[in-house]
Amino acid sequence: MVPLSYYLVLSGILFACGVTGFLIKRNIIAIFMSIELMLNGVNLSFVAFAAQWHALSGQIFVFFVMVVAAAEAAVGLAIIIAVYRTRETLNVDRVNLLKL
Amino acid sequence: MTPNLYLWLIPVLPLAGATINGLFGKRFSRQTVLAIALGFCGAAFVMALWIAAQFSSLALPHVEKLASWIRAGDFQVDFAFYLDQLSLVMLLVVTGVGFLIHIYSVGYMWEEGGFYRFFAYLNLFMFFMLTLVLASNYLLMFIGWEGVGLASYLLIGFWFTKDSAASAGKKAFIVNRIGDFGFLIALFLMIKHFGSLNFAQVFRIVGGMPAETGGGGLLTAIGLLLMVGAAGKSAQIPLYVWLPDAMEGPTPVSALIHAATMVTAGVYMVARSHVVFDRAPQALMVVAIIGTLTALFAATIGVCQTDIKKVLAYSTISQLGYMFMACGVAAYSAGIFHLMTHAFFKGLLFLAAGSVIHAVGGEQDMRKMGGLRHYIPWTFWTMTAATFAISGFPPFAGFFSKDAILWKAYSSPYGSWVYWAIGVFTAFLTSFYMFRLWFLTFFGEYRGEAIGHGDHLQVVGGSRATAPHEHGHGGIHESPTVMLIPLVILAVLSLCGGWIGAERFDKFLLPALHAGVTAYSPEEAAATPAPEPKEHGGSESLLTAISVLAAASGLFLAWLLYQRRPQLPQEIAHALGGFYEAVVHKYYVDEIYAAVFVKPLIDGSTRILWQGIDRDVIDATVDNSAEGAREVSDTMRHMQSGNLRSYAGWIAAGAAVVIAYMVWTGTR
Repeated sequence: MVPLSYYLVLSGILFACGVTGFLIKRNIIAIFMSIELMLNGVNLSFVAFAAQWHALSGQIFVFFVMVVAAAEAAVGLAIIIAVYRTRETLNVDRVNLLKL
Repeated sequence: MTPNLYLWLIPVLPLAGATINGLFGKRFSRQTVLAIALGFCGAAFVMALWIAAQFSSLALPHVEKLASWIRAGDFQVDFAFYLDQLSLVMLLVVTGVGFLIHIYSVGYMWEEGGFYRFFAYLNLFMFFMLTLVLASNYLLMFIGWEGVGLASYLLIGFWFTKDSAASAGKKAFIVNRIGDFGFLIALFLMIKHFGSLNFAQVFRIVGGMPAETGGGGLLTAIGLLLMVGAAGKSAQIPLYVWLPDAMEGPTPVSALIHAATMVTAGVYMVARSHVVFDRAPQALMVVAIIGTLTALFAATIGVCQTDIKKVLAYSTISQLGYMFMACGVAAYSAGIFHLMTHAFFKGLLFLAAGSVIHAVGGEQDMRKMGGLRHYIPWTFWTMTAATFAISGFPPFAGFFSKDAILWKAYSSPYGSWVYWAIGVFTAFLTSFYMFRLWFLTFFGEYRGEAIGHGDHLQVVGGSRATAPHEHGHGGIHESPTVMLIPLVILAVLSLCGGWIGAERFDKFLLPALHAGVTAYSPEEAAATPAPEPKEHGGSESLLTAISVLAAASGLFLAWLLYQRRPQLPQEIAHALGGFYEAVVHKYYVDEIYAAVFVKPLIDGSTRILWQGIDRDVIDATVDNSAEGAREVSDTMRHMQSGNLRSYAGWIAAGAAVVIAYMVWTGTR
């Protein structure tokens, strides 16, 4: 059986990739994908723990996360389309409307 | 069991009139306003007469409780009304003279703007004044006391567009506050030591206390504080300064509030509290001294005034001084007697003066009058009656009451020949300035400008569109009948009002005014034999003769100076020099008060309270914290770059810090 630490290391790597991508990417789609990567990194650690301790709640959490991620993807993509229509760009550095 | 007298209706009737006129009067015609105002006021008068008619069959004092008001432990205050001989006299004077002045006002105010407002205020005044005289406890009395102050303020400032009227109203109100402060503290002392404010209860407790001799104590303190209140309301030294200024109000107001009724409230209050004063000789002495000094002081100022209403105002202060002199020698009934006759003749003097002012087109300066007796004979004859009455000529009303006061001032156990001497000298001055007014106004040649312009009238009414120009129409003319009727009635009262005689009046008031005296220990009552004259009866007639002589010499001197040799007053004024100047400027009292009290107060408020505390502490705190918040936000604002990745960076950094912290705490 694959030891728990492997899963956790992989989960950490995935999450770190997500954070890095989130920080350095300018394309809003790529940022979005980085977020999915972070979520799935966390999901992996959830299921790993669940399998390790034979507890079902970790897996249920994962379902929740996936549902929320799906909903978020729907909303997020809609926003991205709206942004693209108004700004005609996907570069977040040029979409700085949040500035005071 | 005495029948229910519905005493509460008496004050409430004028209140109803005031409410209706005050709320809806603007839409009513003048006739409707009048019907309401006079109807309710007259109804109160009729009720007072009805009560007076069945008076002999009543068990007194008669108390009627309407509702309870404050109840806190043992302390209880009710809306209850109290009727005894003293309040009956006040009731009749207030409603009677008040009703006559209401009638007079119909003619006087007919063409003024704010007609309904005037009558609403007048009725409001009647309500509070009747509450004051009918109250059965000090707190209810205090309501009336404050209420008449309010009505007085509103009516002095009736022509509020005129600056002087508005500030005169304020002055009256503020000076009265000083007196009310003393009154209020006296009430607190009573609550603390007697646990009650009911007349019956307070007087029973005080009646059981021995007279305070020597240094004085609680009763002396209460008495003095009550006197402070009375001095404010009744315009005695040192709080008299508001009354002359109060002449800014319409003349019927001066007659009703500032001569006949409200200003006598202080005298009434002292007489009502006689049980306290009887046991506080020091307080009584202070009352007598203040009264005597005020009588003299105001009379000397009155001699040099040229404004007809100002003369009467100082005369009122002086006559109130007489009343306090009487109260101060424990001759309360003489004080109340003078209060009553004074209400008749001083009310009449003011109304007649109003009629004169009306006749000459709003002019108030006596130097611009003269020779008016041919033009306005009714006014002249009624004013003559009042002048003789106030000067103390027999058989006019003023003679009897003033004589009673002077005799008591001399003969009472608390009296002294000094009071008497000053009183007689004041009587001489009174006679002099009153006849001076009489000669200047009605005799000689008319000295005014051509009549009928009315350009000086703008002063009277301010700048409103409805400014009263009515006093200026036509030449010198007699007032309308509606104004003359009250004059004639009051003239008859000024003539006959004293014929009851001080003795009979005293006997009538005896149950109300000596109730407390007999209540305390019998030995003491024996020790101070009831007001037995110090001298035998012969000296009374001698003193009477002297005071009549003083009045006659006042008349003679006025005749000499203002009729026979009109240039003489100028020469005398020149000869007196500085003293004359001081008197003309009312001894500079207003200026002294302004310098000693008003200016430091304004300066202190400006420098310390406004610029020091308000601006430099309170405002500065608020301003600086706002400024600080703005500066901090200004620097923090730059974090909000709108750059998504920098936000993400901050989030990541924050998360890293949290994780580092947890790792650190976990590994420790």
